[in-house]
Amino acid sequence: MHASWVERLTDLSISAFLWTFRVVVVLVVVVGSILTLAGGKYSSAQWLDLLTSGITTGSIYALIALGYTMVYGILRMINFAHGDIFMGGAFGGYFTAQALLQSGFLNQSPVTSLISIVLIILVAMAVATGLALIVERIAYRPLRTAPRLVPLISAIGASFVLEYSFRGFFGPGIYAYPTVEVLDQNVPVSFLPMKWVDVLVIGAAIIMMAGLYLIVMRTKMGKAMRAVSEDKDTAALMGIDVNRVIVMTFAIGAAMAGAAGVLYGLTFRQVYFFTGFIPGIKAFTAAVLGGIGNVPGAMAGGLFLGVIESIGPTLFLDGLNVPSPNQLKDVIAFTLLVLVLVFRPSGILGERITQKKA
Amino acid sequence: MSEKTGHNWNAVVRMGLLGGAVAIYLCLAGLVGTFSNRAMITGILSLGHTMLVLAGLGTGFLAARRAPGGGVQTVIAGALAGAILGAMLALLVIVGNVVNLRAVMLQASPELYQLLTFGLGVAGFWAPMLMGAVLGAAASLIYVLPPTIRRSLIWGLASLLVWGLFAGLLRTPMLNGVLSGLARFLFGPDGLTPIGAVITFALFAGGSAIWQQRGTAVRQRVAEMPDTPRRTLLVSLIAGGLIVVILLPQALGPFVAQVIAYVALYVLMGLGLNITLGFAGLLDLGFVAFFAVGAYTVGLLTSTAEYGIAQWSFWAAVPFAVVLAMLAGAFFGLPILGIRGDYLAIATLGFGEIIRILAGSDLLKPILGGPRGILNIPKPIDGLAPGHPLAGPNQIYYLALIFAALVAFVATRLRHARLGRTWMAVREDEDVAEALGINLVQTKLWAYMLGAAFAGLSGAIFAGLVGSIFASSMQLFVSINVVSLIIVGGMGSIPGVALGAVFLIGLPELFREFSEFRYLIYGYALIAMMLRRPEGLLPSRVIRRELHVEAESEAEASNVAASESSAP
Repeated sequence: MHASWVERLTDLSISAFLWTFRVVVVLVVVVGSILTLAGGKYSSAQWLDLLTSGITTGSIYALIALGYTMVYGILRMINFAHGDIFMGGAFGGYFTAQALLQSGFLNQSPVTSLISIVLIILVAMAVATGLALIVERIAYRPLRTAPRLVPLISAIGASFVLEYSFRGFFGPGIYAYPTVEVLDQNVPVSFLPMKWVDVLVIGAAIIMMAGLYLIVMRTKMGKAMRAVSEDKDTAALMGIDVNRVIVMTFAIGAAMAGAAGVLYGLTFRQVYFFTGFIPGIKAFTAAVLGGIGNVPGAMAGGLFLGVIESIGPTLFLDGLNVPSPNQLKDVIAFTLLVLVLVFRPSGILGERITQKKA
Repeated sequence: MSEKTGHNWNAVVRMGLLGGAVAIYLCLAGLVGTFSNRAMITGILSLGHTMLVLAGLGTGFLAARRAPGGGVQTVIAGALAGAILGAMLALLVIVGNVVNLRAVMLQASPELYQLLTFGLGVAGFWAPMLMGAVLGAAASLIYVLPPTIRRSLIWGLASLLVWGLFAGLLRTPMLNGVLSGLARFLFGPDGLTPIGAVITFALFAGGSAIWQQRGTAVRQRVAEMPDTPRRTLLVSLIAGGLIVVILLPQALGPFVAQVIAYVALYVLMGLGLNITLGFAGLLDLGFVAFFAVGAYTVGLLTSTAEYGIAQWSFWAAVPFAVVLAMLAGAFFGLPILGIRGDYLAIATLGFGEIIRILAGSDLLKPILGGPRGILNIPKPIDGLAPGHPLAGPNQIYYLALIFAALVAFVATRLRHARLGRTWMAVREDEDVAEALGINLVQTKLWAYMLGAAFAGLSGAIFAGLVGSIFASSMQLFVSINVVSLIIVGGMGSIPGVALGAVFLIGLPELFREFSEFRYLIYGYALIAMMLRRPEGLLPSRVIRRELHVEAESEAEASNVAASESSAP
């Protein structure tokens, strides 16, 4: 009798706490937005600017998020090193771009620029895939049947190894991505505040995601992937080479991340050994937002996160007179992550999975 | 038959190629180059070369194991694999002299090539091959020797490694005392002297041989001792250890004292996370948040500088820090208690980052000082003369030690209490635990709050140790360090936490020249640990059983007699 009374009180206070949490977040968002918009400090062109940069960053997040989602879907494991695979791709792209710049091919004409960019992306994809396969072989494959904490920690270790190996190879300095002149020009559409680089990022992301979607939905390998993510043992009984499917999944996810690395480099113009960490966590957030294990969800989650992160600080916080709201960009992203995990663990599009025992 | 089991020349060649890849990696990641400035054996062998030598020996050993036949074939296999490794390094030198590898790889420098060819340049490309073949053959010889001699040799080599690393550290304090002659005889400025190396090798190889002859007998005798003398032996061992621990900072000087204080701080934090992670199985990657709460509370309450609000003494502030950290644990714990497993890790990681960013942001700058932090935090025992044994880092060391002992005691008691047992039940299987009538929310919340309280205490002491707090001290790395030390030490095991802290925090602090590669070594340690010994170095019994279900039940039957006789 006594115990149940205590328990009911705890439950009550917990739900009261959670409700307060919700109300506070909603209040900040609503009141902040109203105040900012009423203040009229920002013109619609500025909002459009923020929106474009949000979509660009979001596309990159989405590409990285695909790798998290696919691996999670199949192995129920967070590939903590995925962000560093992305960084490896960005480095691979950087050196290719540098070589092309020195040969003068990169900026010869728009056509050679386009060819160069395709080439850079392909090299980055290859580097990232290679890295991912090594990591999978050494750090993940032997642990496939271990308790779930074990591969996660191994993945954290792999993440460190990648980061600090790259630091050893290339030093702690920041490498500035070479300029592709065409990409720096504005799009000749007057109302769109976009540069060609934004078009490239968004376009490349759309093409790759569409390609991935086709692979997963239309090819035999995709079918095998879906089967393995449903049930590994049954899939094996149906004659599917589970090992091959898992390796393919890592490879495809890494290739996407490698491409994202180049797009990131072209957008933000820099890469160093720690580049992968924050985008990696953000992309994981995006994957969770969209419902992890869900491919279209990762795409939507990436875009959503990118836009919120870009517009959010200004929209929600500026009206509340928070000083330098852009410092709190990551706070918004991580709060969003926690909110989704707490209140809608299924993500925007996904199935309920955080509570499910896999 | 031989192909199935992997005993063929193909496997040997593959081993050589793999070893070569590892050696090239060691070179290009900068390990060889950086450590070539540090001697292992003064004037003969640098640490950089040691790494390559180890790669050669390891490759030779593993190749010898894969040799298709015994005897001469084994030695040939070892030499072949070693030569392949050397050839790959030679190839690196040749390619590096033709193409400017340095445009991409910073470490592919002429100095590295000189190192690899022993100063001979490209013309000396044969040198690494020859060296590799010799090392590989040596390793395969070690492999074919009878086990007693093999073990002794390996022990001797391993002891060379350890003493070579520690020589410099031991030498400095010894030079001031009566042992200065011995120190000069054995240890160079860093690394062993050649004579010291020979003596060390002989001592440890011989010791190992003797222990192999007599070890079982000694262990047997200890095991057969009547209860009372055995207890006396145990107590005297513990008392001896305690005295060493107490005298350590006095004997080894302020630098080592500072490092040990740091270790003790991490032990404290590790004990806290050990409750959350080791007992209750909740992986928290944002543990630094509670550390930050504790540190900032003490900072705000005691600081005599700009942002201090009360200027209390350290001792008055500590209880507040602990309670506030505990409340923070509840505050962060409540929303995310329903989340399971890996998701919890990411959510807590998010919390940790939120706290760090907020602490350094302009938003909270008027209260927490932003990136400039809080300065002038008084030491716990203030106003001592500089020569006083408790001045400087020493008092923090003792303080952290006392608190760590206290917390370890509390943790042990908790583990065997009802709460501790419910934690374990939740860790093993949440659904079953719930079905047994355990209130999941309360159980997890307690784990969170107690873990947070310990982290807060640790943060409070940290504030006293450093004397100032900055948001940038609250990096994610702190959380990762704590998780890693628990994993390496052994999840759920209290001695394991101490051992893990010594290995992962103490050693890198002592060897500053490693600092650049600290996290690289961490990463490898974590992976290797997960692959080879996921239960940690000093595991708690339950976790070991859990992770080795099949192996244990097989081994159990055969080992019952042995383990019973060897248990102390």
